Amino acid sequence: MRHTISVLVENEFGVLTRVAGLFSGRGFNIESLSVAPTLDATISRMTIVTSGDDRILEQINKQLNKLIDTIKVIDFTGEDFIEREMALIKVSAEEATRAEILRICDIFRGKVVDVTPKCYTVEVTGSPVKVNAIIDLLRPMGIKELVRSGPVVLGRGPKGWKGN
Amino acid sequence: MKLTGSKILLESLIQEGVDTIFGYPGGTVINIYDDLMGSSIKHVLTRHEQAAVHAADGYARATGKVGVAIATSGPGATNTITGIATAYMDSIPLVVITGQVPTALIGNDAFQEADLIGITRPITKHNYLVKDVNDLARIIKQAFYIARTGRPGPVVVDLPKDVQIATAKFAYPDTVELRGYKPTFSGNVRMVEKAVKMMLSAKKPVLYVGGGATLTDAHGELLELAETLQAPVTTTLMGMASFPTRHPLSLGMLGMHGTYYANMAVTNSDLLIALGARFDDRVTGKISTFAPHAKIIHVDVDPTSIKKNVRVDLPIVGDLRDVLQKMNKKLAEHKDETALAKETLKSWHEEIAAWRSEQPMKYRSSKTEIKPQFVIEKLRELSDDDAIITTEVGQHQMWTAQFFDFTQPRTFLTSGGLGTMGYGLPAALGAQAAFPERQVIDISGDGSFQMNSQELATLVQYRLPVKIVILNNNFLGMVRQWQQLFFDKRYSETCMELPIDFIKLAEAYGANGLRASKPEEVEEVIKQALAIPGPVIMEFKVSREENVMPMVPAGAGLNEMVLRTA
Ligand SMILES: Cc1ncc(C[n+]2csc(CCOP(=O)(O)OP(=O)(O)O)c2C)c(N)n1
Repeated sequence: MRHTISVLVENEFGVLTRVAGLFSGRGFNIESLSVAPTLDATISRMTIVTSGDDRILEQINKQLNKLIDTIKVIDFTGEDFIEREMALIKVSAEEATRAEILRICDIFRGKVVDVTPKCYTVEVTGSPVKVNAIIDLLRPMGIKELVRSGPVVLGRGPKGWKGN
Repeated sequence: MKLTGSKILLESLIQEGVDTIFGYPGGTVINIYDDLMGSSIKHVLTRHEQAAVHAADGYARATGKVGVAIATSGPGATNTITGIATAYMDSIPLVVITGQVPTALIGNDAFQEADLIGITRPITKHNYLVKDVNDLARIIKQAFYIARTGRPGPVVVDLPKDVQIATAKFAYPDTVELRGYKPTFSGNVRMVEKAVKMMLSAKKPVLYVGGGATLTDAHGELLELAETLQAPVTTTLMGMASFPTRHPLSLGMLGMHGTYYANMAVTNSDLLIALGARFDDRVTGKISTFAPHAKIIHVDVDPTSIKKNVRVDLPIVGDLRDVLQKMNKKLAEHKDETALAKETLKSWHEEIAAWRSEQPMKYRSSKTEIKPQFVIEKLRELSDDDAIITTEVGQHQMWTAQFFDFTQPRTFLTSGGLGTMGYGLPAALGAQAAFPERQVIDISGDGSFQMNSQELATLVQYRLPVKIVILNNNFLGMVRQWQQLFFDKRYSETCMELPIDFIKLAEAYGANGLRASKPEEVEEVIKQALAIPGPVIMEFKVSREENVMPMVPAGAGLNEMVLRTA
């Protein structure tokens, strides 16, 4: 099963390797990983999408917590949360397809952020499902290059990770 | 007043109560070594950095304190790896200090540069690269705190040369502030109550004790619990000396080379109480047939150990000694029930007694050949109760576990998790440095001994009277045994073709050497060796193809022990 986990870590030298090394060393999957500092510059927030059965997920949670630099681990599985990912998609834009690309873009509330005579670059944000969907629709036009940020997530409601 | 980084390091060690460190100098630690002259800290110069770390490890296991080792950057630092990994697998508290090239050169493939932080990340509890001398005292404080608390383990502090030279105001912090590290010490009382309820209603309980009992010095509490419940006790290799092997409730070791009766008891038990043990594959055998009828209570300070390999019915996270104290206290409220424990568990004890008499831990003795097991028995008989025994890895290690009766905690130092040949001699060196007056004996095979035999020089130089027993079968015996049993006796590269004259080797270093080739010489050699005030090698020419039995073949269940070589 797919799990999305946030890990708050000390913004220290080598912390990314510690987390990534933990996953590779113990044979856990990483589907995506994103990391950046938080409001508090001494803390970084990682969002990791992983998969495994309950036993593996329990180990992942515990092993992450065991790292000295880990401040908090939040597994959003079964929680109500907002999940957003950004993609930049470079797609061929010929006479015949331009209008269609713009229409698809519109439906997904995407933006064309770069234009050349033969090519559009589209920016889109949404849940991974939504990003998959626009990619599927643009694929027939000829996608030349694609980058996805991997999802970031936040729990719904007024509470922050500190519980207030 | 401002101090240099190297002085701050040594002052910090003194603040931590460190009196002895083990190490080896080089270019990037030369400043530290300069300040060591005239410091109150005693430094033991081993002949290899691996040995320095094993020695610090032996010191830590024997004393319960944090062991400290030091090495230079590059090759010195990479030589420490096996020592660090050994300590990591057995949860031994160490602080290993390595020199590093100056910060400005890091990443430049500088002379004697190695990314030690990268290399040691998966084999340390934590590691630090010190980039600013102002952080040094805090980092040392944290390193010691992390090494000894929670589930203990090795911590590496990588110290660039320029940080050793730079100066800062020295103030050793009183407290440690680590928001990401808050190990659970105190066991949950409600869980303990549940556990006690399960214990009181069990018909076939077994206490399965691991290294956690040694690490928390919980032998007293363990004995009380076992006797109150009248529950049989089996230990892992790591838990061995925390429960007296000769106690009527002791089943000895379980697992691959454990006793038949321990493995049968676990297989048939209805309640398995795991205390500071981690269900290693050498212990459980095939998981699907491991304790199939038992409810499992698992007490461990490390939550990742719980439910990692086996299902657990009642987990308790906490310091083992704390949990055992709470269990004993709770059980004291049930005196009328526990008073009857002997009666209640009568049929269980009878069942176990039957297994025990059916397949006792024994070997076929010989009048013509020296049996390795016989040497171990004699050694027990003739050595002090508080003698510290270390081993290398192989058959001799298993025979020691099977036939040396341990009576006191922290008297058995062996590499259980990593299984490191070459551990025993330097570990003995470290233990002897901590306890100059006690007998310290390394039980070795001829193969393992040669992995760190250079440490004879250290023993002689520092007058550390370690006694070395070499059970010489001229084989890498344990591997040969597997080849005999599972590879049709094809002894590929396990015969040590070249016979070594260990007596001459001892003498070359200025130590003593004694040899026994016949059974009747064994006792005399041991007696003589123990009477000599310096280090001694005792070489015993043992029967070459003796096997460690019984045995659970790899992948089989505990109930499928092979009892003797066909
Ligand atoms: C450093 C290291 N290398 C290899 C092994 C694999 N190994 C395990 S036991 C053993 C043989 C040990 O031989 P010896 O020390 O003579 O002891 P014996 O088994 O004969 O008692 C070997 C090679 C190991 N455990 N450690």
